Amino acid sequence: MEKSIEVHNLTVSYHSKPVLWDVDFELPKGKIIGVVGPNGSGKTTMLKTVMGLMKPDSGYTEIYGQPLDKVRERVSYVPQRESVDWDFPADVMDVVLMGRYRKNNLFKRITKEDRRIATEALEKVNLLEFADRQISQLSGGQQQRVFIARSLAQQADIYLMDEPFVGVDAATEDAILKLLRDMKNEGKTVVIVHHDLQTANEYFDWIVLLNTRLVAAGPKEEVFTKELLQEAYGGRLTVLSKLGDLISDTEFPLREPDFKEDQPKG
Amino acid sequence: MFDPVFIKVLLGTLLLAASSSVVGAFSFLKGESLVGDAIAHALLPGVVLAFIIGDGRNPFALIFGALLAGLTAHYGISYLEQRTKLKGDTAISLVLSTFFGFGIMLLSAVQRTGHGQQAGLERFLLGKAAAITLSDLYVFAALALLLLASVALFYKGFQLMTFNEDFAAAIGLPIQWIRFVFTVLTVLAVTVGIQSVGVVLMAALLITPAAAARSWTSSLRLMLVLSAAFAATSAVLGTVVSASLPKMPTGPWIVLALGGIAFVSLLFAPENGWLSRRKRAKGNQLKTQRENLLKLLYGAEEREGRTVAMTSETIVGIRRQHLDGLHKTLRSLKKEYLLVEREDGFALTEKGRTEGRRVVRLHRLWELYLTERLGMAADHIHPQAETMEHIITPEIEALIVKELGNPELDPHQSPIPYEED
Repeated sequence: MEKSIEVHNLTVSYHSKPVLWDVDFELPKGKIIGVVGPNGSGKTTMLKTVMGLMKPDSGYTEIYGQPLDKVRERVSYVPQRESVDWDFPADVMDVVLMGRYRKNNLFKRITKEDRRIATEALEKVNLLEFADRQISQLSGGQQQRVFIARSLAQQADIYLMDEPFVGVDAATEDAILKLLRDMKNEGKTVVIVHHDLQTANEYFDWIVLLNTRLVAAGPKEEVFTKELLQEAYGGRLTVLSKLGDLISDTEFPLREPDFKEDQPKG
Repeated sequence: MFDPVFIKVLLGTLLLAASSSVVGAFSFLKGESLVGDAIAHALLPGVVLAFIIGDGRNPFALIFGALLAGLTAHYGISYLEQRTKLKGDTAISLVLSTFFGFGIMLLSAVQRTGHGQQAGLERFLLGKAAAITLSDLYVFAALALLLLASVALFYKGFQLMTFNEDFAAAIGLPIQWIRFVFTVLTVLAVTVGIQSVGVVLMAALLITPAAAARSWTSSLRLMLVLSAAFAATSAVLGTVVSASLPKMPTGPWIVLALGGIAFVSLLFAPENGWLSRRKRAKGNQLKTQRENLLKLLYGAEEREGRTVAMTSETIVGIRRQHLDGLHKTLRSLKKEYLLVEREDGFALTEKGRTEGRRVVRLHRLWELYLTERLGMAADHIHPQAETMEHIITPEIEALIVKELGNPELDPHQSPIPYEED
């Protein structure tokens, strides 16, 4: 298996309470991958840690066998739609152009080529006619498509999307699914955080089943079994959640983050 | 009054106000309006200490003192928020009041020693642009230009930091660094701004122009330009008043002018202003009345199978409507040739009939939708349909027709009248 993302012994805390315990898995290239689990199971935390937005207490993640900073331009991130204020003064094109921002063009003007790429991305999500529309006037589904267009404008190889199907209309859902298939055909890898079991089986090739700890990861035929789903959705492990509260209350430090150095790889 | 020195002071204050408001616009958009206020108050001890050390005459000492106090306050607030159980507003109030109290204490001490004059206190607290020396003004004006240039340079960074910080970090922008630059700019903006409005009213200069500008535009660039223009206009007014009338502080006048601009903006801005909202409401009301009248006549025609004319007295009898209101509605319908006035009363034109048919159709379609899709009882659906018939657009109508499979009859077994084509 050619690997896209590797997650090794990852433990991450939020407000000093562990939300991911020792999670360890590898993801293939060129697949549509679902990170599935109930609410509060650490899915978003996992994505944010892979994107370097949260620091793990221990463990590490790699993309194409390298740390994120080496391959950042090949990775694109679509945050949850609700995580931003859509009353912000900007039109659709402004937001999609943000996908062209880079560390090395921060002080430079937007180029014609940037505009061309952003226009192409808007066309792919069927929003080109809305390019001049204020983002505050968009429907939920349109907002989601704007975020995906911004991500496409990054022209990456791996796309990490946080709950892109939440609160969108049927037309947007179809548009996103078609887009995902096109991306897969181009050899891109798409990782999607998703909480809805009903649709997960239909959307994804590969599934990571998460509930604070890793329940299973693999091709969906292997993971989508009654036993494993029961394990993921059948409530949290009492001992684990009690221990988490204890760690948070006593502010007990977990293992050091440079744990990676002591471990032989593989 | 228009001597060269005064013109210089005027231009200087204009620049000070404009530059602080442009930086403040980002605080406003970040939802951190109060942080600016806290920093402004927290600057006082730094500024007074610099006043003592710099012998009251060194603007660079002042800027340095302000930076030191402002950054301490800012990171103090962040620390309290992250490391203690205090909520954001508590952390801000705590830092604001502690620093300000300390500053006032220092100020009183300075006055007692006779080191600084009465003007010193007034200048820091309420702003007194006319009292500023020309050499100081040059320094602050240069700083203001630096602020404007920095915002232009960091435009993309600040935009993304304000809109979606996680995304900025995810694409590898040095977000910690951008945030630090923004904090320094905020502190400098406050330092510059308190020269014209003083510590107490500084928050108004940071936030009010942006709030007013936001109601006129949804473009970030234009919003920054408008903020600067509003702040500059107010600054000119404040300075002129303060220079013309004895013992008048600048700050309150600038802030009052800004308040006036904000008030006017909230009233008259397009889309979200009070006036245009009222207009919209009026328009909707007239639309409802017109459509109800057409529906009434269409219904009568449907029952009797022929063209029906009604006098305004008859209509008032049925609709129990005020005669004045009815005449207004009739006039507007006549003007668009939806009704024709015959000898025996008002009757539908062909155009009016089509419109009346549309309203009746929407009413019946919606009634059917309510019973079929929402499982509501047939005797509960009429009032809602009375409202929805005026709201449903052709697109939604098409959706309903498609979803219900081109229905013929409504829940009361009345035919749904389609256009023949």
